[in-house]
Amino acid sequence: MSIETAPSAGATALDPTAAVATRRDIQHRLLMTLGPILAALIIAGCILLAVGVDPLAYYGFVLEKGLLSPLGIQQTLTRMAPLLFLAAGLIVAFRAGMWNLGGDGQFLLGAVTAAASAPVFVQIMPAWLALVCSFLIAMVVAMIWSLVPALLRAYQGVNEIITTLMMTFLGTSLANVLVKLVFRDPGTTVPQTRTLPVEDRLPRLFETTITSGLLLGLAAIIIVHLVMTRTAFGLKLRIVGANPRAAIHSGLGVPKLTIAVFAISAGLAGLAGAVDILGVQGNVRADWNPAYGLAVIPVVFLARMNGFAAIGFVFLLSVLSIGGESAARRLGVPNHFTLVLVSIVLIVLALAEYIDHRYNQSRRV
Amino acid sequence: MSIASSLSVDKRDIVALEGVTKRFPGVVANDGVDLAIRPGEVHVLLGENGAGKSTLIGMLSGLQQPDEGRILVDGEPTAITSPRHALALGIGTVFQHMMLVPTLTVAENLLLGGPWWQRPKTEELEARVAEITRTLGITVRLHAKVSELSLGEQQQVEILRAMVRNTRLLILDESTSMLTPKGIEELGALMRRLVGQGLAIVFITHKLKEAAAFGDRISVLKLGRKVGEIPPERFRALGEQAIISEIVELMFGKRKDDPEAAERPVRVIHAEAAPLLQVHDLAVAPTDEAPCLSSISFDIRPGEIFGIAGIDGNGQKQLAEALAGQRATMGGSVRLEGAPIEALSVGERRERGLRYLTDDRLGEGTVGTFPVSINFFLKQVGAAPFWRKGVEQRAEIDKRAAQIVREYDVRTPSLKTPVARLSGGNIQKVLLARELAEGAKVVIFNKPTYGLDLANTLASRQRIRDTAARGLAVLLISTDLEELLSMCDRIAVISNGSLVGTVENADDARTKVGRLMIGLAA
Ligand SMILES: Nc1ncnc2c1ncn2[C@@H]1O[C@H](COP(=O)(O)OP(=O)(O)OP(=O)(O)O)[C@@H](O)[C@H]1O
Ligand SMILES: [Mg+2]
Repeated sequence: MSIETAPSAGATALDPTAAVATRRDIQHRLLMTLGPILAALIIAGCILLAVGVDPLAYYGFVLEKGLLSPLGIQQTLTRMAPLLFLAAGLIVAFRAGMWNLGGDGQFLLGAVTAAASAPVFVQIMPAWLALVCSFLIAMVVAMIWSLVPALLRAYQGVNEIITTLMMTFLGTSLANVLVKLVFRDPGTTVPQTRTLPVEDRLPRLFETTITSGLLLGLAAIIIVHLVMTRTAFGLKLRIVGANPRAAIHSGLGVPKLTIAVFAISAGLAGLAGAVDILGVQGNVRADWNPAYGLAVIPVVFLARMNGFAAIGFVFLLSVLSIGGESAARRLGVPNHFTLVLVSIVLIVLALAEYIDHRYNQSRRV
Repeated sequence: MSIASSLSVDKRDIVALEGVTKRFPGVVANDGVDLAIRPGEVHVLLGENGAGKSTLIGMLSGLQQPDEGRILVDGEPTAITSPRHALALGIGTVFQHMMLVPTLTVAENLLLGGPWWQRPKTEELEARVAEITRTLGITVRLHAKVSELSLGEQQQVEILRAMVRNTRLLILDESTSMLTPKGIEELGALMRRLVGQGLAIVFITHKLKEAAAFGDRISVLKLGRKVGEIPPERFRALGEQAIISEIVELMFGKRKDDPEAAERPVRVIHAEAAPLLQVHDLAVAPTDEAPCLSSISFDIRPGEIFGIAGIDGNGQKQLAEALAGQRATMGGSVRLEGAPIEALSVGERRERGLRYLTDDRLGEGTVGTFPVSINFFLKQVGAAPFWRKGVEQRAEIDKRAAQIVREYDVRTPSLKTPVARLSGGNIQKVLLARELAEGAKVVIFNKPTYGLDLANTLASRQRIRDTAARGLAVLLISTDLEELLSMCDRIAVISNGSLVGTVENADDARTKVGRLMIGLAA
């Protein structure tokens, strides 16, 4: 699968043939996205059959619990909030050609600091200010956590895939240690942080259980999309991503931009952790690691690093994961089957692209 | 010998094209082209930038498929489906833009494409390379990493790569653009030897003298259509001058005797004016494969064009990059208008008025997937009026880009076309336009006219002269001696990373530079 950094210049058609061509292009794109997803669903269905689960029951369950039931759709939309923040962070990093795979560590550290700080803050300041401060602290801590890979990549050229992955292992362990030893709530027997009272959390939307974090997440990803496509800063990052040598030749300060990319990407991951804690969970239990960061990576690829497309795919992922969790409980399919499904989609998409390319090459034989 | 019309299938043709058409969004790159390629002939393909030459050979080498028409190989209609297939058919191509894997060594690149289950036969390769390089008169360092070679050296490796396979048809797309006059002559002699052995050669060039000197048959493309052909019988009957003027007429529709013979206008340089660029004792450490630079010193005064001659790969690239701030120096000083700049970054040097036109237009000069319009402003990202408060002003960008496209005659279907889709010469125009934009004080040109057709070469040289006439200092690095002689005030010769001599561009400059280049005192 090619990593497209081509700017999304809104094609103003020059002549009618070009307009037809664009429309056919869009149709083609849709077909090339939806077709493989369908194929992937079938393949995953076969796997389910093989382990003795009725795929139709499974998919029906996922749809029912993730999308159609009122409670399910509310949970789905709530789940989107942290995923959108994570996707926004990955879009920045991937468009700049930097593989920040440390999202989970950054997410958990953000979550733990938010969980530790918010209950303290609400006692000394108004609730809204407490939330803002917790968000900021979570963001800064995640940014600091990304500094090591950022500096190594910027000044030593050390591959960030390895360093961010290592930092994510360290980060998850550190978050655990913090929960168990430092921020542990003395009032409970299970190791967890102090719980933020429900009334102090992010407000719910209207009369539903949907968190207002969803709106924050949507804002974050749309802002990121606009910054990447419409601003000088975004263009500089895309130049670094598309042709690093051209970036140096053009006089861009590549090391500083690299550090900025890591800071933004990690900061958004930290905010994702905070939004999940301050909006939904209220505390962090020991050994809690939802591994959202890993699940979001393929989604960002499917969306080809386009913010708006990412919103759609994040929604899909939420449906699959909320529905999958219920189905797991009911049908005994492991929770992680959602991830299997998403990876199958990705592999089929890559295959489809390859075949499409070969077909175009040899069509005129 | 029967004189076959080029339309009918001739059994002697290795490859023949019949009515081949290729369309891209917004352009018809080839329009019903017929072409016959015969063993024992150098078939020269001429045409302006964007005429469709590279597209045509792209189809011969399996990179692309024709939309209409067919390709006959040995008289049989054949679909050449991939570069591997083309090689299997005996068609070897040296592309206009480099196709080597930069992280591998030369030897590894030459061995690519062999059967994967076999161990690469390194000894065999070395013997064969030694044989070919001897006849070619070039030296190739087999164990050097490709990324460390200059573009000229890479081009030689590509020629070599096409030669080590047993090719029947060798295609050279602007392979002489990086060679010195001597190198070109050697390549020409080699081509003559190869066709003598029965090979067929397709040779693309923008230099009409090369076409007349090395060709047997000439085809001229214009806007994708074949507008004329000079068959061997006529070719032999005409003298060089007659051929060139006939080509010029076919290409540009007007007669001119020697279009390249432009008189160098006498310019007044204020000898007493303070130098704009002063380089003193500049040194650059050697990398794994690139030579070091040692004690490079020269001054360029306002209005002066200072030339650097030499065989490619002798440190020209390192020098240009060190001056532009892209390469760390080991010592020495660089002053712009008297102020030291050696500690400044690339961007800061540019802000002071230093411009660098790279010769690596796809590698670092442009971002291939970005639209033409953005590539004009790659070095100004964030600057008003194209960005305001950091926000892109698309209308401003498009307006200015459209203006530049017109001014520099960049042939592009639209401003949004990814720049890598343009023809080689048109990408070069994008770079030229960018570096000649306002605010320049000192401009480093590394092979500024590389890949440009005749009309554009002349126009660009005139632009560079005008630039100097406005009081700028120009450093002109080129392997083309004619170019240097027609433009420079002084010419220095670089060899093995140091300047071995500087000569005033007077009547005897040609011989003096020539002597310096082969290691004699001027
Ligand atoms: N892959 C492509 N996609 C779209 N347009 C293309 C592509 N390749 C070539 N073109 C267009 O086809 C035309 C012919 O290009 P081509 O590269 O064949 O020219 P050329 O004769 O080799 O020119 P030059 O002398 O500058 O190298 C140009 O207008 C170019 O923009
Ligand atoms: Mg070309």
